[in-house]
Amino acid sequence: MTRDFDLLIIGAGPAGMAAALAAAPSGARIAIIDDNPAPGGQIWRDGVQAQLPAAAQRYRAALAAASNVQLFAATRVVAIAGPQQLLLEDDNSAWNVRYSTLILCTGARELLLPFPGWTLPGVTGAGGLQALVKGGVPLTGERLVIAGSGPLLLASAASARKAGAQIQRIAEQASLAALSAFTLQLARWPGKLLQATQLLDSHYRSDSFVVAALGSEKLEAVRLSQSGKIIEIPCERLACGFGLIANTQLGQALGCRVADQAIAVDDWQACSRTDHYAAGECTGFGGSELALVEGAIAGHAAVGEQHQARALWPQRARWQAFARQLNRRFALNPQLKQLAEADTLVCRCEDVPYSALAERSSWVDAKLHSRCGMGPCQGRICGAACEYLFDWQTPTPRVPLTPTRIDSLLQLAEAQVHG
Amino acid sequence: MNADVIVIGAGIVGSACAKTLAQRGMNVLVLDSQRGGATAAGMGHLVAMDDNPAELALSRYSIELWQQWAPQLAADCAYRNCGTLWLAANQEELQAAEHKGETLRAQGVTCQLLDAEGLRQTEPMLRRDLSGALKVNGDSIVYAPNAACWMLTQGGTRIRQRCEQVSAVEGNRVRLADGSWLQAKLVIMANGIHASELCPELPIRPKKGHILITDRYPGRIQHQLVELGYAASAHVTSGTTVAFNAQPRPTGQILLGSSRQFDSLSPEVEGAVLARMLQRALDYLPELGQLNAIRSWTGFRAATPDGLPLIGAHPQQPGLWLAVGHEGLGVTTAPGTAQLLAEQLLGEPSAIDPAPYRPERFLHTHELKEQHR
Ligand SMILES: Cc1cc2nc3c(=O)[nH]c(=O)nc-3n(C[C@H](O)[C@H](O)[C@H](O)COP(=O)(O)OP(=O)(O)OC[C@H]3O[C@@H](n4cnc5c(N)ncnc54)[C@H](O)[C@@H]3O)c2cc1C
Ligand SMILES: Cc1cc2nc3c(=O)[nH]c(=O)nc-3n(C[C@H](O)[C@H](O)[C@H](O)COP(=O)(O)OP(=O)(O)OC[C@H]3O[C@@H](n4cnc5c(N)ncnc54)[C@H](O)[C@@H]3O)c2cc1C
Repeated sequence: MTRDFDLLIIGAGPAGMAAALAAAPSGARIAIIDDNPAPGGQIWRDGVQAQLPAAAQRYRAALAAASNVQLFAATRVVAIAGPQQLLLEDDNSAWNVRYSTLILCTGARELLLPFPGWTLPGVTGAGGLQALVKGGVPLTGERLVIAGSGPLLLASAASARKAGAQIQRIAEQASLAALSAFTLQLARWPGKLLQATQLLDSHYRSDSFVVAALGSEKLEAVRLSQSGKIIEIPCERLACGFGLIANTQLGQALGCRVADQAIAVDDWQACSRTDHYAAGECTGFGGSELALVEGAIAGHAAVGEQHQARALWPQRARWQAFARQLNRRFALNPQLKQLAEADTLVCRCEDVPYSALAERSSWVDAKLHSRCGMGPCQGRICGAACEYLFDWQTPTPRVPLTPTRIDSLLQLAEAQVHG
Repeated sequence: MNADVIVIGAGIVGSACAKTLAQRGMNVLVLDSQRGGATAAGMGHLVAMDDNPAELALSRYSIELWQQWAPQLAADCAYRNCGTLWLAANQEELQAAEHKGETLRAQGVTCQLLDAEGLRQTEPMLRRDLSGALKVNGDSIVYAPNAACWMLTQGGTRIRQRCEQVSAVEGNRVRLADGSWLQAKLVIMANGIHASELCPELPIRPKKGHILITDRYPGRIQHQLVELGYAASAHVTSGTTVAFNAQPRPTGQILLGSSRQFDSLSPEVEGAVLARMLQRALDYLPELGQLNAIRSWTGFRAATPDGLPLIGAHPQQPGLWLAVGHEGLGVTTAPGTAQLLAEQLLGEPSAIDPAPYRPERFLHTHELKEQHR
């Protein structure tokens, strides 16, 4: 089966929703697809314990009310099926979608870096912990350490506390100087300053990073380097996030240029390939405010409303300045490249230890000889870690873009006939 | 002299040649540009193929050598003696299987015929209405990229490797990308489909193949499963064909082939070809449809007009030896190729008749070529 749309939006986080709503008044036939069961993306992820902020509820309601926007939830892009054509899969079926214009709003994922013990049960990403909480996993009475870098640590701590966790430590790797500089700048974005004050926590420490997760069967304690001193904190959970990396894979597979590990866009949020746009964190880390305004610009531009798009440029500039502060102040300490030991697993799918990679010359070389990145996640996790640890380039992804039922791939035959 | 022997290409064939010659006391320099080749892309099925007597002789002999090496192979070579089942979809194919069995047995290859019921019990995931199969016990699988690495370690200090792109060959000399020349007593060309860049007179055409691998589903199949029509598909000389070929990986994954395609030089995975290949696989393994695929890729086989490799001295370039054109069987036939080459280099008697693989069948000597003009 093949469906046709004027505008196809991949990803229903803040950027994707804003894009759809900006484009909707044009009357274009719009589809927005997302692999989660409900729209919202990472920050507005729905779940039994999720308390959606008012803005999120507004966007969702508006989306539902727009009669020319069709939302396909729990649906993922699994292959490029032809020119301006993608193969999609949901839990029951697979179908082709043809589009005139595409907006990529594929977001970002957490950078997970390997350190001794990081694969123990009880250790998750910082964003991963938030997703667990929203999904209804209770943390009542559990002792929690949060480590890594960036504002996500504080947000994660706040949701975990609400779910009953006892925060033992929030370890931020950035230096006190960097944090102070960041805080001084915050006055330029009053909303952010307010947010920061609300999130402030007495367990927060700068110059601190995880050295090892300890335990035999499951997590029992965390060893931290705190301002140069090694300390151990007993706990049941550790949530670690070293910042976000853009999900560029689909853009890359479509032939859109990637620069600085993000999809490259111009002032109109247009990619290097014509009729293809990108917005939000797949074009670089910047927070939900930036994603919303970028999404709106892309939505207007995609339906030819340059005037409305241009009107939003100043607002985008404001949030881009905030993003630059974030990226500058929370830059990762090179010491984090040294955390893994010889037997620390880097590729969890295929159990490949650090020692099997250190001697390799490139990602392809490592992959062919150690099976690193050959498992179901196809290097989504370890590929990003290797880019950071070894400066390796990972190659352009190809079909299937994510694990896909063989039945679904049969649709590629049909796509070629019509395409 | 930079070495006794220079080998161009560190795929499975070049590596096997390096190993065999080093173990006979020669100092070998292996040059590879790391541009990638068939060894990284193929299925690594070690299979006795009997399309013609020469193909059978070389594959049977090579499998014997693999069996001798097996106990020493490194664990990451993932060698498994899983055997092959040649599947018969109907009575006609069952007769073909019987005939194949006779041919193989005549050459000392152990095999037995399974009837429909026997096949159902052996491989319950297969479609129920197949007529039977020929089981070839000695066939195996190997993870070829690591097997090639292992071979290179078997020569001790007699094998040296350098990452170099060879840009020209003249007899026993090779020119590197930086313009410098290296020289040895002899040069062995084992760089797969890229051989014709250095020797345009070689009759080698790239034949594209698609492969797909599933997530882990341990125990679903036990043998390498191949449809009997595979050989016919493998030897078509134009257009695109697909045939069912499934391999149980030691990880529990299922590796699926295969397509054969001329006239495509782009490494891109082509949706239409992939879909055709998967449809063929579903015809044999209906439950496969619900399993997850995690990756697909392509590779190029170095095809010659008669489907046999070129093994021996280049008739027009003294000092240059060829080990190229292994099509879809080079992982299997690498050890035999290396052995044949070593025997000819050293003037030893051959274990199998080297004549069918000699480059002379396509490359006339200089004098002859002049006369033809
Ligand atoms: C038996 C077997 C099992 C496999 N199992 C899996 C599996 O479970 N999961 C999985 O994801 N993949 C698996 N693979 C696939 C696999 O390793 C690669 O995907 C395959 O080698 C195809 O190459 P590629 O183009 O996909 O490589 P990519 O990783 O996409 O690399 C692309 C580029 O690297 C180049 N290249 C290749 N080799 C070299 C080299 N030695 N030096 C420098 N450059 C090189 C290629 O020419 C190409 O341009 C398996 C392969 C085999 C043979
Ligand atoms: C899809 C597919 C499935 C297959 N399945 C099987 C199977 O199941 N069983 C089987 O036996 N065979 C199989 N084959 C065939 C087998 O993989 C090949 O025949 C075999 O790998 C060829 O090895 P090679 O060493 O000759 O060439 P390659 O592996 O191609 O190696 C050539 C090497 O030369 C290097 N090189 C190239 N040009 C230069 C240069 N100018 N200078 C320096 N170095 C250079 C390259 O980097 C490369 O490493 C399959 C092939 C494909 C494509």
